[in-house]
Amino acid sequence: MSTAAVPKAAFDWLPLALVPLLALVALPLIGSPSTWLTLTIAGLAMGMIVFVTASGLTLVFGLMDVLNFGHGVFIAFGAYVATTVFAGLADWTSVDSLLRNLVAVFTAMAAAMALAGAIGWAFERVMVRPVYGQHLKQILITMGGMIIGEELIKVIWGPEQRPLALPEALRGSILIGDAAIGKYRVLAVAIGAFVLAAMLHVLVRTKIGLLVRAGVQDREMVEALGYRIRRLFVGVFVVGSALAGLGGVMWGLFQQNVIPQLGAQVNVLIFIVIIIGGLGSTLGCFVGALLVGLLVNYTGFVAPVFTAFASIALMVAVLLWRPQGLYPVANR
Amino acid sequence: MSASLLSLQGVHTHIGSYHILHGVDFEVPLGQVTVLLGRNGAGKTTTLRTIMGLWAASAGTVSFDGSAIQRRPTPDIAQLGIAYVPESMGIFGDLTVRENLLLAARGARRLDDIDTNRLDWIFGLFPALKKFWLYPAGKLSGGQKQMLAIARAIVEPRRLLLIDEPSKGLAPAIVGNLIAALRELKATQTTVLLVEQNFAMARALGDTVAVMDDGRVVHRGAMAELVENEHLQQRLLGLSLGAHQ
Repeated sequence: MSTAAVPKAAFDWLPLALVPLLALVALPLIGSPSTWLTLTIAGLAMGMIVFVTASGLTLVFGLMDVLNFGHGVFIAFGAYVATTVFAGLADWTSVDSLLRNLVAVFTAMAAAMALAGAIGWAFERVMVRPVYGQHLKQILITMGGMIIGEELIKVIWGPEQRPLALPEALRGSILIGDAAIGKYRVLAVAIGAFVLAAMLHVLVRTKIGLLVRAGVQDREMVEALGYRIRRLFVGVFVVGSALAGLGGVMWGLFQQNVIPQLGAQVNVLIFIVIIIGGLGSTLGCFVGALLVGLLVNYTGFVAPVFTAFASIALMVAVLLWRPQGLYPVANR
Repeated sequence: MSASLLSLQGVHTHIGSYHILHGVDFEVPLGQVTVLLGRNGAGKTTTLRTIMGLWAASAGTVSFDGSAIQRRPTPDIAQLGIAYVPESMGIFGDLTVRENLLLAARGARRLDDIDTNRLDWIFGLFPALKKFWLYPAGKLSGGQKQMLAIARAIVEPRRLLLIDEPSKGLAPAIVGNLIAALRELKATQTTVLLVEQNFAMARALGDTVAVMDDGRVVHRGAMAELVENEHLQQRLLGLSLGAHQ
């Protein structure tokens, strides 16, 4: 149908514009453009990793009002699966061949996503389903689930820290002038951008995505239109868990080691990001993750003592400005 | 009298510890508009939600085309061909008008799958929807949202429409447009159960009427009978329709 002369609502660019604005504000504070570039790429990489891990959680909350404090367990399992895969593919990670290294990385990611997705499916059936609509019980039972998950990791892989070294060709940096850009960080940004593009494609261009977006706003009405939202929710939960597994691999490679408490550590950051973005909002989650990633990296350089508070301060500032988050979901 | 498409017999509904419906009985004849009238809190909205399975009937039978549906989940009830327009309109505000309609067309994966003639008919009923096709539905005016809510219910042929107070909060001129559109819909022999407190709209559209009070149906009959009997109006509704012309 013709859409000529159709009025279009203006997109709210302001939250998105905060990302380049933050980068520009940081430039004079950092002083050196090359250091600024290094920190910016590091911040974007960290933001992309956090986005990948958090995107499933925000949809899970938006669709079924489920507060899953156990989301971190999928991240930790994903990271640990990567250590096992890397151990099995040691010949592929230790050789200085980008192709072989990437095959090893993507194999680890695929295995982590498969296992985290399977655990997510079981987690939804056993732990989340009995407590639909009961927030307090959801918090307690999902936190309990995370504790069980952590202990399982200790049983399977041991309680000590395990290294997750970057494959040979992904170590080191690319020099652009005086700026050193970590090779793995470039890969992390590329993977994050791919995940974002894939998510946006599904959410905007497909009927399933339309249902997810509608369900986040008014799940009762989606059911009244004749769709079974519970099935949709299970699907989103599994995909969200798989993405958390992927994020776990990325985070583990970012830190180059993994510990059983990894999930609990990242959980805090993830909740900050989805609150900043607006609960249930994918775009908000993306912008929130980039802001947190950049701010943490800039603060770590300019005022290291405040690094731990930077993301919380950002959350407070955003909520004072927009109490529903950067991109609030309508009808919530 | 037409055969009934929907029938409620002795329907009780509890919401938490509150007993809202106390044995509701009435029928919705095929191809007619049945208006459910009553004061605020009489149980009209609860009746519609119970029919849709959004609140479970604790006793009694809801029959649609001869089959009991009171134990079925909401999506199954919708798939029988029952469309629901809630009082809140249930618009997906972040989705465009186009996306709202595409979602309501269960059989369509893409817009191209929707019957073009039907879409043109809907645009004829509600021209604003064509104008704001790519606009987020949350930014439409109240009247436009109501039009979208009704359009969503008829984007594919449905056997029964449940519409809850479509005139609520709308300016009189908009209500007039809505009445005209619903009249056109009525002319297609669509079966409608309409909850309404605007008596001008109820009288303009209703063939039959059921009046509710305190969770029970206290009167059933032809709308024309209620319109002509001022004593009945005073007794059932505490007012005269003549005063609402």
